[in-house]
Amino acid sequence: MSATGTGERLLDIRGLKTHFKTDDGWVHAVDGVDIALDAGETLGVVGESGCGKTITAMSTLKLIPMPPGRIVAGQILWRGRDIVPLTSDEMRSIRAKEIAIVFQEPMTSLNPVYTVGDQIGEVIRQHEGLNKKQTLDRTIEMLRLVHIPNPERRVNDYPHQFSGGMRQRVMIAMALSCNPKLLIADEPTTALDVTIQAQILELLAEMKSKLGMAVMLITHAMGVVAETCQRVVVMYAGKVVEEAPVRELFRNPRHPYTQGLIRSIPRIDLAAVKKTRLEAIGGVVPRLIDPAPGCRFAARCRFAKGICSEATPELREVAPGHKVACVLA
Amino acid sequence: MSQYLLRRLLIALPSLLGISVVLFTILALAPGDPFEELATNPAIPPEVREALRVKFGLDDPVWTRYFRWLTAMLQGDWGFSFASRVDVDELILGRVPTTLIVIGSSQLLALLVALPVGVIAATRPYSIFDQIANTLAFIGFSLPTFFTGLLLILVFSIYLDWLPFVYRADVPGSGWPWLWEHIKQAIMPVLVLGLFQGASMTRYVRSATLDVIRLDYVTTARSKGLRERVVIVKHVVRNSLIPVVTLVALQMPAVFGGAIVTEQIFRVPGIGSLLISAILANDTPVIMGVTFVFAILVILFNLIADVLYGWLDPRISYR
Repeated sequence: MSATGTGERLLDIRGLKTHFKTDDGWVHAVDGVDIALDAGETLGVVGESGCGKTITAMSTLKLIPMPPGRIVAGQILWRGRDIVPLTSDEMRSIRAKEIAIVFQEPMTSLNPVYTVGDQIGEVIRQHEGLNKKQTLDRTIEMLRLVHIPNPERRVNDYPHQFSGGMRQRVMIAMALSCNPKLLIADEPTTALDVTIQAQILELLAEMKSKLGMAVMLITHAMGVVAETCQRVVVMYAGKVVEEAPVRELFRNPRHPYTQGLIRSIPRIDLAAVKKTRLEAIGGVVPRLIDPAPGCRFAARCRFAKGICSEATPELREVAPGHKVACVLA
Repeated sequence: MSQYLLRRLLIALPSLLGISVVLFTILALAPGDPFEELATNPAIPPEVREALRVKFGLDDPVWTRYFRWLTAMLQGDWGFSFASRVDVDELILGRVPTTLIVIGSSQLLALLVALPVGVIAATRPYSIFDQIANTLAFIGFSLPTFFTGLLLILVFSIYLDWLPFVYRADVPGSGWPWLWEHIKQAIMPVLVLGLFQGASMTRYVRSATLDVIRLDYVTTARSKGLRERVVIVKHVVRNSLIPVVTLVALQMPAVFGGAIVTEQIFRVPGIGSLLISAILANDTPVIMGVTFVFAILVILFNLIADVLYGWLDPRISYR
């Protein structure tokens, strides 16, 4: 996925805040996130579990269950148009047709009682207005595109007749069947074993070069980001803490959290030479119910000073294209 | 599929055989003599009563009587009613249609109420609609049918005089007036049984739908840009029906049991009321026949449930 963006600004998330109502109070799951994405670009969104990556993605398609969720502030500009105020009917023409999503769990993301052909064909019929025969042809073509052997026969099979990796291929075929301009891949390989992970990432790269859509790859694996993305956004506790081109981020991480993430990647080259302990970031993610002001990473940060817990650091540009939200960086 | 059905039907035979053994033994152990009223009649000498007992083989050991019943049954002879002096099969066949019509329409009514109400309640959990539906459902299955039945009779037959409270199988006339008369007398029993069943079924449908609605594939369906109605009807309801089918099939014996009570209240001449009068008259061949028919019906409904499973869930294969 090395092709550079073609320039058109597709997605511009500004100050997005998605909160959830619980019995204990409002959880600030996404709390002022800015993410921009150009046509044809591959953007990585990384962070540990619960940092708000998935909620950001789901907010972009307005798939957040409301209630308890609520977009309390911010704009999501899709090709210049704010989709936050859109009705669910208006959203339907954007879903799958312009922005498609692949979820983490291929085992549960397909409906067990319908054939995969039925489930892919459903999207095509919804958005492309094709007849039965054309829909079937297009479905088989999509299955062939994602390298499912014997697509003419497999189209009539049910999800339980596919392996996890094959189901994720079906999900990708489904997501790409209406030629979306943006594919959001929400941890598409997390639930798969390592060899299958590589195959799925390879497939995503191949689809991108064939179809030219932009990709927002959500993951918690830094290695996956290094291989596939051009630009990376690092999220922590509902906020963006650092954003940079991928090379810049790995060579010169500015935020202590990003530095910790990169240090925690297992290094097979070092392990061969000497016994090393895998580095971890101490502490746990803070509670997101009515969070205190100040940097949310301060409690776990080894460089933290008094100033860190006084005011929330703003995301500022420290080098061309490199933004960081840390007063010390 | 047809092979599966055939095999299931063959498996049903030993179950029916077992059921008949248990029924027959229990009836033989039960006290009571079909000819006891003859004993109190001074015009009939005890020898006549003894001769009758011998004629019907009532003094033979249980197993001899059972095998006599079984061989007769296999030849299509259901026995002879001591009380009504007619063949049992004739007696039952004359009453089965009435029972099936009342139970069938009440189950249909229960489904027609439970499916939409349960699904809508689950799509808006804790909304006003859900709260009202829940409250009504609780009231519905807390009130026994003999209470609601009498209440309806009191209101609609006694005070308002709109509906008849005795169900007649032999309504005179033909054409539309005849049909209307039939519908009028069926309204109350069907309403009582149907709403009672519908109330608990609503709870099943609601909880099954709540379980399905938060699953990943429902989010997938929404992410495809489908209409919410399509998401619910196509992707949610079909999956939530799978456990509901089980529960409804398991409830069938209770439904028949409830129908016996309802038939008594509304004087519906079905097999339920036949069973009650046969028990009161110690009419063993009829009791045996009716309970056996109930057993057959329950097994039949379970078979229908199994077939429905396979239709709803392709992961179940009939091998």
